[in-house]
Amino acid sequence: MIDLTLPAWAGWAMGCGLLLFILMVALSVRRNHGIKRSLFAMPYTLWMFIFTLLPCVLIAYYALTDANGRFTLDNFRSFWDSNHIMRENLRAMGGDEMAATVARGSVNVDTLVYSLWMAFLCTAISLVLGYPAALFMADRKMKLGATLVVLFIIPMWMNFLLRTIAWMSLLEDNGLINAFLEWIGIGRRQLMYNQQAVLLGMVYNFLPFMVFPIYTSLSKLDPKLGEAAQDLGCNEIRTLYKVTMPLSLPGVISGITMVFMPSVTTFFIPRVLGGGNTRMFGDLIESTFKTAGNWNLGSALSLIMMVLILISLSILRKADPNGEGGGIV
Amino acid sequence: MKQFFKKCYLAIILIFLYVPIIVLIAQSFNAGKSRAKWEGLSLRWYGELFSNASIMNALWVTVSVAVIATIVATILGTLAAIGIYSMKKRPQAFMMTVTNLPNTMPDIVTGVSLMLLYIFAKVERGYFTMVLAHITFDVPYVVLSVLPKLKQMNKHTYEAALDLGATPAYALTHAIIPECKQGIVTGALLAFTLSLDDFTISYFTTSPLVQNLSTLIYSATKLGISPVYYALSSLMFVVLLVLLLIVNHRTADNKD
Repeated sequence: MIDLTLPAWAGWAMGCGLLLFILMVALSVRRNHGIKRSLFAMPYTLWMFIFTLLPCVLIAYYALTDANGRFTLDNFRSFWDSNHIMRENLRAMGGDEMAATVARGSVNVDTLVYSLWMAFLCTAISLVLGYPAALFMADRKMKLGATLVVLFIIPMWMNFLLRTIAWMSLLEDNGLINAFLEWIGIGRRQLMYNQQAVLLGMVYNFLPFMVFPIYTSLSKLDPKLGEAAQDLGCNEIRTLYKVTMPLSLPGVISGITMVFMPSVTTFFIPRVLGGGNTRMFGDLIESTFKTAGNWNLGSALSLIMMVLILISLSILRKADPNGEGGGIV
Repeated sequence: MKQFFKKCYLAIILIFLYVPIIVLIAQSFNAGKSRAKWEGLSLRWYGELFSNASIMNALWVTVSVAVIATIVATILGTLAAIGIYSMKKRPQAFMMTVTNLPNTMPDIVTGVSLMLLYIFAKVERGYFTMVLAHITFDVPYVVLSVLPKLKQMNKHTYEAALDLGATPAYALTHAIIPECKQGIVTGALLAFTLSLDDFTISYFTTSPLVQNLSTLIYSATKLGISPVYYALSSLMFVVLLVLLLIVNHRTADNKD
């Protein structure tokens, strides 16, 4: 079915890697002590170097060069002003006056700002919906905690693209929700291809990533703390505010990161549910690489996004200095 | 009353999560091709599924990539975790930063950066490059699930085994690995699920000639998606559900 023959370079690379590994192990066998165990991480280090660090360097390299491999900052200028190249070309042809009339094209910056705004909205909605859900799941009186976690995981086994497509059948002009609206007498509405539909799709896909970390950190809380607060005269709402919420902060922060990051970069959801009316930054990067084939500009855009994400992560880390945020596992 | 309210809230959230899935499964039994109209119950799409060569091919690619990536990532990651665990403080901190790096990178950046690597190395993208990409995003998860288990282990287990006459290899396979078996299994399961469901990274690291299910569905959405895909995902969903029940049943038995 599939051609599994390896290309020649792969054979060479694997051979070299294996040789290197054997050499390392041989060198590390000390008399009477056996193999130095820290060298077990050697193949992994090598792997991460080739497939994680090197690609990151390559993004920076492509972002800072033009199609001929010469150093340039044009890609970043094009990010700020999408008409930059056009203006330069006009100038090169002697059309200085015409070049002066070309206004700044702000489409890239606008897309980024719009994506950040959408991601912020998605994160905020997920937090508002997800926190109570996690809180109720962690409630010891529920006795269903573990089962509920599984119930939240199961939907994620359905292919994420198909789950998003399923929303189309619900939201379409002659879809199920519209049929329902007509039946109860409200009448049909345009539900798809707008900002709300994209937001709905994002919240739907990323909500579990908000619920899990908060649930993990809430279920680790000592119930005695809440009881103590109530003994000391706090009512239930005040206990939630003063005791439970501050102590679950690591989970909240981890949830925010896990929702915010994929929502800035998603390109499938806006394309399906937004129908091209709403463009997001992931969308832009994808089309710059795949449709326009401009790897240099695409790399610059990726780099800008990576830097933005690293900055926001470090700000979030400041709020959680111990880094105790609960993960999914 | 309060408990009732809490249960209602959770039920509403769960309904929100399950509605699209129920719609998908229902549509996979729809006799007609239209998403909007119900034309009666039929198994037509399930029949067409098995005679659709491109879907069967994509299914094979998805599963085989996930299996290969999981095996390689589990071996690589377990060894790495043992190595990182016995490192001195400085190199250990460095390795942890490197391990956490892919977690802080959005999928699209990982995909794009690997694509640039393949372009830079003049490697033609296809099945093999996709496997490499999947191993790359799987390994850190294995490392991160095995390491905590090692940290829980008694520090002197390994030395004790050596003192009692075990060779280092024997001590490794009989003292260390059984101690972190649970972490290895968790890591492998996580790697397998991630690999099975990945779209973005596969999309950038393969050629249009080698498609996995996600990239195939993506290209199909442009033309209007056929209910055959609903049938396929409903089947996969049920298979995973049954597997979960079996695993759950077995762990419950072991605990008794």
